[in-house]
Amino acid sequence: MDSALIPEGTKRCSAPAFFLWTLPWLLLLACGGVSALLCLIFGLNQTNMSNIFAFALWIVADLAVIALGAGAFFTGFLTYIIGKKELKDIINVAVIIGFICYSGAMGMLGIDIGQPVRGWFIFWHANIHSMLVEVSFCITCYLCVLTIEYIPIIFENKKLNTVREFHLFGHNLHHIMAIFAATGTFLSFFHQGSLGGMFGVMYARPFAARYGFYIWPWTFFLFILSAIAAGPCFTILCTKLTEKITRKKLVPDKAIDLLAKISGFLLALYIILKIADTAGWIYGVIPQAGQRLMDFYREGPYGIWMLICEIGLFGIIPAILLLTPSLRKNRLCLIIASLMNCAGIVLNRFVFVIVTLAIPVMPFERFWSYLPTWQEWAIALAVIGYGFLLFSLSYRYLPVFPKERELNPY
Amino acid sequence: MEKREGHDNKYGMVIDLDKCTGCGTCMVACAAENNVTVRADESDKERSIAWMQLYKIDNGRPFPDTEVCYFPRPCMHCDEDGRGGHHSPCVSVCVATATELDPHTGIVSQIYARCIGCRYCQAACPYHARYFNWWDGYSSFKPFSKGMERSLSPEVSPRMRGVIEKCTFCHHRLMRAKTKAYAENRRDLREYEYITACTEACPARAITFGDLNNPDHMVSRLIKNKNTFRLLEKLNTQPKVYYISSKEWVRKLADNYLPDQIKPVSGNDI
Repeated sequence: MDSALIPEGTKRCSAPAFFLWTLPWLLLLACGGVSALLCLIFGLNQTNMSNIFAFALWIVADLAVIALGAGAFFTGFLTYIIGKKELKDIINVAVIIGFICYSGAMGMLGIDIGQPVRGWFIFWHANIHSMLVEVSFCITCYLCVLTIEYIPIIFENKKLNTVREFHLFGHNLHHIMAIFAATGTFLSFFHQGSLGGMFGVMYARPFAARYGFYIWPWTFFLFILSAIAAGPCFTILCTKLTEKITRKKLVPDKAIDLLAKISGFLLALYIILKIADTAGWIYGVIPQAGQRLMDFYREGPYGIWMLICEIGLFGIIPAILLLTPSLRKNRLCLIIASLMNCAGIVLNRFVFVIVTLAIPVMPFERFWSYLPTWQEWAIALAVIGYGFLLFSLSYRYLPVFPKERELNPY
Repeated sequence: MEKREGHDNKYGMVIDLDKCTGCGTCMVACAAENNVTVRADESDKERSIAWMQLYKIDNGRPFPDTEVCYFPRPCMHCDEDGRGGHHSPCVSVCVATATELDPHTGIVSQIYARCIGCRYCQAACPYHARYFNWWDGYSSFKPFSKGMERSLSPEVSPRMRGVIEKCTFCHHRLMRAKTKAYAENRRDLREYEYITACTEACPARAITFGDLNNPDHMVSRLIKNKNTFRLLEKLNTQPKVYYISSKEWVRKLADNYLPDQIKPVSGNDI
């Protein structure tokens, strides 16, 4: 039915089978759409956010997907700026995942603000001292860069490529991709950092507050590092999942191994710096605020186990797995390490968003809890649905994996 | 008149907790004066709006040693740390410059028509003094609010859904007092010419309001009391709301202390 659109020399499932595959994702999108409408029409009272939980599930999801989408800029940086040619086999996947993550996060943010029609005020009345302004500017610009990086992949579609203008445009964009990779790297460094900075600068919230260098709290640098450590692992996971579902080998092991090795190295570096940062926080920020570490982990489900899991279980262990060549080359081990790495970054973002707000600062204030409503879940899950849908469409109709034909001759 | 460096005026408040009876008049006066919205069901306290919040605290001891204190909490109107370090926690983070620290008065304002409702300021405020409008306020579409717009004060803008609001130290009263002073050819306001609604309403006279930069104002004298403290002072947010309590456990509960950090206070200055 749609064979004219399917990349040359590749095999895809039948159109009806593909339609069935997209149904659950379309359903998730539809639920998200309904929830978004409810929030836009009736307001954010549709959520369980409150004056205590000013940020909630959506901000956790935003921070998490943006960090996981960091594979796009970092793989681009390694491929085009550092010159790791073997990563050209995985760069398209990284770009598409990046685009999905960033556009999904932007969509979620659009619903999360109380006055969505005033979103442009961020740019018009920008407070240059606010980390969130830096985040907004860089994410918006970077989404434009990701779109530019995605366009040539779309124009490589068998049918679109027959249009001369599209072919030339896409081809020329390919030639100057290094410029966009560099721009993307610059923008991403700043928004990943300022997302961390957002929490580190909240000096009146000792749980999140951090010392730093010049105007940047240490969380600024840690968020960059953790994102570039986890992003490539997420790219690996998406690739492996695609390979599992399509029952094909799509990316040469060399590319995966290199990405895993770099990810492991960065994760190890991140964990060392995270330990140093935590020590500085425990012996500097917390006593200065008149508190002790365990004061933060007294109430509710948020115990010290979170810190242990973040550093130990989801930090040190995956770093060891990824840095040990024999373990890294073991497929199951690689997947477990990647999953742990990604879980660690999600936990880190959760801690900075939810736990920061749950812990009272005033001694006579009580501990508050929060559970998202179905509308909040639906919107967060819609991003996953959107991701599966866009990735599936891209895989089906675009030459996402350059080595697919070579690795799967038929 | 000797004035300190920084703001021209520095309006601030001193709340004597020994005098506060916890009657809640300050809350009601504040809400009525500032057009704070009321919903038919206000049981969801995490989402209700109270610019002046009244906390009930106790010394944590069992009966008969239990002692209770009521703790009114307006916006602290935090300031720059004075060492070139940081700004008020909320002002520095606002994305759209919708909240500002007025250098002439020290008042932290909120521009409702510019607020995008990102709630970053709310997350940054340790006092929970910032409130988000989760529902439409005085909307004529809602049956329970029909006709309520007639009770609104014309001096204060009602807030729309999806924006942050907070105590403004009844800024409209400052404007009113200034207009009167200008009409009488004066540049400076007299003491008590500008006071907040909560100050005026407090039946126990527990709240005193004035210019902290003016040594002749009562607030400037009250803050020299040995029993004066500020909420979460260690965080260096430089609040302009001061409290007085002769009870050590109350002073202790106003901040977090490590065991060796508590300084005992003895006697009353004033």
